[in-house]
Amino acid sequence: MKFAVIVFPGSNCDIDMYHAIKDELGEEAEFVWHDTENLDGFDGILLPGGFSYGDYLRSGSIARFSSVMKEVVKAAEAGKPVLGVCNGFQILLEAGLLPGAMLRNKKLKFMCRTVGLRVENNDTMFTKNYEEGQMIQIPIAHGEGNYYCDDKTYNQLKDNGQIAFTYALENPNGSLGDIAGITNSKGNVLGMMPHPERAVDSLLGSADGLKLFQSIVKHWRDSNVITA
Amino acid sequence: MMKVKIHVTLRESVLDPQGTAVKSSLHALNYHEVQDVRIGKYLEVLIEPTERPIDDVVKEMCEKLLANTVIEDYEYEVEEAVTT
Repeated sequence: MKFAVIVFPGSNCDIDMYHAIKDELGEEAEFVWHDTENLDGFDGILLPGGFSYGDYLRSGSIARFSSVMKEVVKAAEAGKPVLGVCNGFQILLEAGLLPGAMLRNKKLKFMCRTVGLRVENNDTMFTKNYEEGQMIQIPIAHGEGNYYCDDKTYNQLKDNGQIAFTYALENPNGSLGDIAGITNSKGNVLGMMPHPERAVDSLLGSADGLKLFQSIVKHWRDSNVITA
Repeated sequence: MMKVKIHVTLRESVLDPQGTAVKSSLHALNYHEVQDVRIGKYLEVLIEPTERPIDDVVKEMCEKLLANTVIEDYEYEVEEAVTT
């Protein structure tokens, strides 16, 4: 399976993402610059964390108009897995690929530590290798992860099983409903504030993030590779 | 040339933690008459008018990029830019 790691000016988790795919997951990955106009040939799209365009105006608001984002929208519409982590999540929200918006952390502090997450829905292409309700340890590092949406949207997210991950023990940023990660209604676009790519080896403190990437690969193999 | 002054603020329904912190600080300075503080952004955009009505252009810019209407409201005023 071949992943595109999209790089914007100011991305800083792109190398971690590449390492997670290439070295830990053992799949193909390629860095793709933000002005790219073609993502054919990639089976999955990864938007890494960082501070694209210095977070000017609003996090993700400028990156969302990069030419590569038109291709990301196309890939999402074609049903390819699209994962946005941290700033990648913010870009997906600004692009309208996921509903809602991000506010500053409730206590206005940049939070950087490992937190406990609960797998709310394991029936997605990103979470099928987890158990439902499983507790996992994944690091966060953000100043704007306070997820917000209106009540109607929140109810839709709940009813459709679009809430993939919630903060389990403490909510570090004040997000609505303790939301840490959501999918689109089709289930092929996931945005999450915690960094699964930083939790892919026990040497890093946790390997709980690896299952997320393994889930994507398993889903892709099950739907694309015909076993004789 | 027209100067457009745009204010972007968090919507009423959205908590503004920065504003809340500044309000407490003003109260600590004995400004007890302060009822609420909302913090936003101020943008000045210089625009050379075209055939398109400037209101249409400004609203479009605000909706597309300058404000995120899920969480923010915007208002603006248009004035003749002073040329030096």
